[in-house]
Parts: sequence; structure tokens; C-alpha cells
Amino acid sequence: MNRNSLFDSKAELGLVWSLLAFVLVLPILNMVAPEGSFLHVSSFQLSVWGKYLCYAVLAVSLNFLWGYTGLLCLGQCLFFALGGYAFGMYLMLMIGDLGGYKSSLPDFMIFLGYSELPMYWKPFYSPYFALFAAMWVPGLVAFLFGLLAFRSRIKGVYFSILTQALTYAAALLFFRNDFTFGGNNGFTDFKFIFGQEFYDPSVARGLFWGSGALLLGVYVLLAWLLKSKFGLVQRAIRDSENRVRFSGYSTTHYKVFIFVLSAMIAGLAGALYVPQAGIINPSEMWPTKGLDIVVWVAVGGRGSKFGPIIGAILINLLKSYTTREYPESWLLILGFVFLFVVLFMPNGVVGLWDQLKERFSKKRSASDPGDEILKSN
Amino acid sequence: MSHKPLYKDTDLVLSIESVMKSFDGFRAINDLNFYLGEGELRTIIGPNGAGKSTFMDLITGRTRPDEGSLIYHQDDGHDMDLTKLREYEINRLGISRKFQAPSVYQQHTVYDNIVLSLNKDRSVLKSLFYRVSADDREFIDEILGTIRLKGMINNLAGSLSHGQKQWLEIGMLLAQQPRILLVDEPAAGMSDEETERTGELLLSLEGKHSIIVVEHDMEFIRQIARKVTVLHQGHVIKEGKFLEVANDPTVKEVYLGRQKHE
Repeated sequence: MNRNSLFDSKAELGLVWSLLAFVLVLPILNMVAPEGSFLHVSSFQLSVWGKYLCYAVLAVSLNFLWGYTGLLCLGQCLFFALGGYAFGMYLMLMIGDLGGYKSSLPDFMIFLGYSELPMYWKPFYSPYFALFAAMWVPGLVAFLFGLLAFRSRIKGVYFSILTQALTYAAALLFFRNDFTFGGNNGFTDFKFIFGQEFYDPSVARGLFWGSGALLLGVYVLLAWLLKSKFGLVQRAIRDSENRVRFSGYSTTHYKVFIFVLSAMIAGLAGALYVPQAGIINPSEMWPTKGLDIVVWVAVGGRGSKFGPIIGAILINLLKSYTTREYPESWLLILGFVFLFVVLFMPNGVVGLWDQLKERFSKKRSASDPGDEILKSN
Repeated sequence: MSHKPLYKDTDLVLSIESVMKSFDGFRAINDLNFYLGEGELRTIIGPNGAGKSTFMDLITGRTRPDEGSLIYHQDDGHDMDLTKLREYEINRLGISRKFQAPSVYQQHTVYDNIVLSLNKDRSVLKSLFYRVSADDREFIDEILGTIRLKGMINNLAGSLSHGQKQWLEIGMLLAQQPRILLVDEPAAGMSDEETERTGELLLSLEGKHSIIVVEHDMEFIRQIARKVTVLHQGHVIKEGKFLEVANDPTVKEVYLGRQKHE
């Protein structure tokens, strides 16, 4: 692979093509393969995989921050949830008067005594506005928070703790009923999306394709960014921020840009996640959710482009299996997997191959002293 | 360098006057006055704790003085107050700094280290679309030749020897095309041969850049010394030619005298 290629290796290119094929084929199987055939993919399964793709986008957005810039954000779930809420507002309005109170207002607003929709809800009748808001609301939050934090040179563990505090505070705010976002029930019982019945199989297919397109689009965008001089600066900030600053770069500007971009990507992932999950509530921004994403990235391989995708899907498959078979022990298993990876697989699943190769070649050279001498020369 | 001076009335590049700086009551810099001429190679010596690092920090915007002025006389004749600027702004004016511990981008190749240091628009948007031009490439090759790393262009900086890292960092400074070079202990950790070559390199830059070298190694200072400034307790106690300074009784007492105890 030459310097100008977006992808670093043939293996990476192969993974991207496999992902593309997977994204294209799965909904077709849902459409074409008859029910009962072993090739059939139910709409439910399609939604589950669609959610995993959204998680993968979320993991990629965190890796862009953490793996490539050294900013460990524990509040990435906040941006995801904000995007989810933005699109959820549209879905709530599409329920129309089919809700429990037969009113054009969402049920929880009737409960709060509202007779008219609040001003800031009105634009969300448009799905495009909602998708747009799913990007810029998280982007704006990240911009304000990032500007304050990076200008004051808050970094390392202090940055991490502050982002965790931010998402915790936001969760507490969204739990309040009078905040007009549904309190702890959040948004659910959706009926229509883009003029279609919410549970129509075509909706599941469209959302799955949308999630796949988002993942691939984000992947290519970030691959391009990482190849550019911008990407060089980004990794230089991770490795030696002082040198960058004393080389005429405003590291604050770079970090704010990266933080905002990463938040917008996470927001879009959340917007596509909510219709596939069928619900959004404040538990999505609970601090433990932010830690989950960190685990996905670490397990898959921090600082590698494909690692977070593998990590997000692998851990969620494991979670889905474990919570079904051994519901009590899921958290124990997750903790064990995380510890194991941190201690023995510093480069995660994608780094395993290189790690084993290195281990193997070391062993061989240790048994053959001639090799060692050749190497040292 | 192409535009004409507007009202340039000095051949100085840097004027530091009556600067004070304390940290938690400890006076690191005490009534410091210092002037640097255009194209001059200046060596600063002083015992540990003399304020050499703080001096560099003040010029590069890493810390702010409590009192006094730091004025940079720009090429176009305008004066800039360095106490009001951030690190990256000061760097863009043409003041580059080499740190004591070699500070290169370990995970980047030698080539990318230089590319990142080129004196280009360094804003976020410009860096997204930047491409290395043929001129840039030629300039990079020239620098790599100067610092003797031409054959290692695709090596990771982290894999270089200590001395090579020091040179790479000097190369990164040159790529910034600065007017003032601040070089903190360039010979630290180098072999005798490497030290001598570093000295030759610095001497070859004299006249093209104004250079301040902070150093401990007396042999090295003897090699490169033109005018020497001696710092002690944050104050300039002596300035002059190497032999003049080396034979000064006060200097002997605070600096050379102390060395004997060690």
C-alpha cells in the first residue's frame, strides 16, 4: 500500500470490503430468503445488528479522540444520547394522536399539564431538522465544554473525570419530568417514521442500511483525516503536545475541532440507534454507559482504525449471549475480559496477530543464538 | 524577509529589561536585563537553579513575568510584546525552542517530523488540505542533509539514537525558519564526536539566525563560545568573551568554583 492510499494494509482493505458486503447482504436476506430458511434474517435480528453498527460508529468516534489524540472521554455516551433524543423528538411527534391521551402532544406533556407544544419542540416535526440537530446539539455541547477545558489546559485524568461528571449531570437533568423530555421513561412507543409504519420490515432494512452507510462513511472520513497533515498533528498532540505547541500550532484549536467532530459522529450514531432500539431514556447517558464504550475500544484495539468496530460488535454479541444464558454473571465476565485485555493484549483483538507473531519470533530467536547475533548487527 | 524595514532603529532582535519572576516566593529571575543582536550566537552558562530554564520559558511564553518587559524586534521594524502572546503565536513570529530532553514525535517518521515543523499555515483547515510541494521536498532534503539523517527518512523518530534525536529536533527548528533559535543543552548525552559536530552545526548557523545556547559542558562552550552570559540566581552577573568570563573571579566563585566541589 502506498503512502497515498486511504488504507494501511491489504488486511484493512479486506475488512472494509467484508463490512460493506455484510451491510449490503443482510437486509437482502431479510427481503428475499423465505421465513424458515436458515438464510432468513428476521427484522428483529436486523435491528439488533443495526444497533451494533451504531455502537461501532460510537466506538470509532471515541477511538478518534482517545486512540489518536490521547483524550480519554468518559462522556461519549452523552453525545450519543443527545443525538438519540434529538431524533426521538421527531419520532414522538410522529405518534400524533395515537398516544394514550389521544392528543397531538406527547403523553408526558399532557401529564405535565401542557396544552401546547413548547417552541423548541416545533421544528422537530421535520426528520431532517431532527437529524441535523442530532449532530449540532452534541457538537455545540462539545464545543463549549472543549473550549473551556482545553483553554485551561485540562488534560489526562482530569479531563476524563470532568467528562464523566458532565454526562452524570446531564443524566440527572434528563431524569427530571419538568425538563420536558419524558423524565425517566424517556421516549418510546413510536408509531411512524418517514411516513412509514414503524414496524414495517422496510423500515428495519432502511435503518440498517443507514447505519452501515454511516459506519462506512465515518470510517472513510476518519481514514482520510488520519492520512492528512491534520492527522499527523493529531497524533503528535497525543505523543508530545508541548512540541506541537512550540511548533506554532494552537493545540487548543485542534483539540476542540476533534472533540466537536467526534461528538457529532456519536450524535448521528445515537439518532440511528433510537429507532432501531425503539426507546431512548436517560440511562443511556449514565456514566457506566460511557465506560462500556471505553471497554469496546480497548478490547478491539485502541489506536487502530478497525479495532473499535470489532470490539463494539464482539462485546455486544458476548453481552447478548451471556445475559440470555447467565444473566447474573455478565458484569463479572465483562470485567474479566477488560482486565485480561488490559494486562495481556495491549493492542486489543486486532493487535493479537502481530503480538503472537512477535512472541513466536522471539521464542525462535532465543533458541537459536545465531539469530540474536545477526539481529544485533 | 522581503519587505523593507519601516522604522527599524536597532540591530537587536530581543530586548529583555528589568524582568522579575517568582514561584511561590522563590525568586527564579531577579532584575534580568538581556539583549540579543541580529545573527548573534550567544552562550548562556550558570550553575543549576540559576534560572536558565525559566529564562527560556519566559521568552517562549510558557510562563509570564511578574514585572518587566520582553520585546521582540520584528524583521519589519515593528516591536512585539512577548508577554501578551501564547506559545504558538510566539513560535509563529519566528522564535523556536529546542528542549533539553530531545522532544521529537516518537511515533512519526523522521520525514513527518520535519513536515510537521515546516513554516506553513498551521491552522486546522489548512492542515487538512496541505500537500508537500516540490519546493518543500527540496527544503526537507536540505535539512536532512544538514542534520545527517538523509538515510533514515522513513525510520520512526523513536528508533533513533539519543544524539540523532537531538539533531532531528534541531532540524525541526530549522524547518520552522526561525529568526531566533533557543537551544537548551544540545550536547547533553552525546558522544565527544557528536558533540563536536553539533558545535560545528551551530557555528554554521551563526549569522543566518540569532541563537541562544544554554550549556553546561565547558569543552563544548569553548568550541562555540562567542559572547558568553553568566546567570546566577536569576541575574546576569557577567557578560563577555569566553576567556574573560572564565577568568572572572566572581564567575569562578559562583560557577567554576562550585564545579570543583562536585
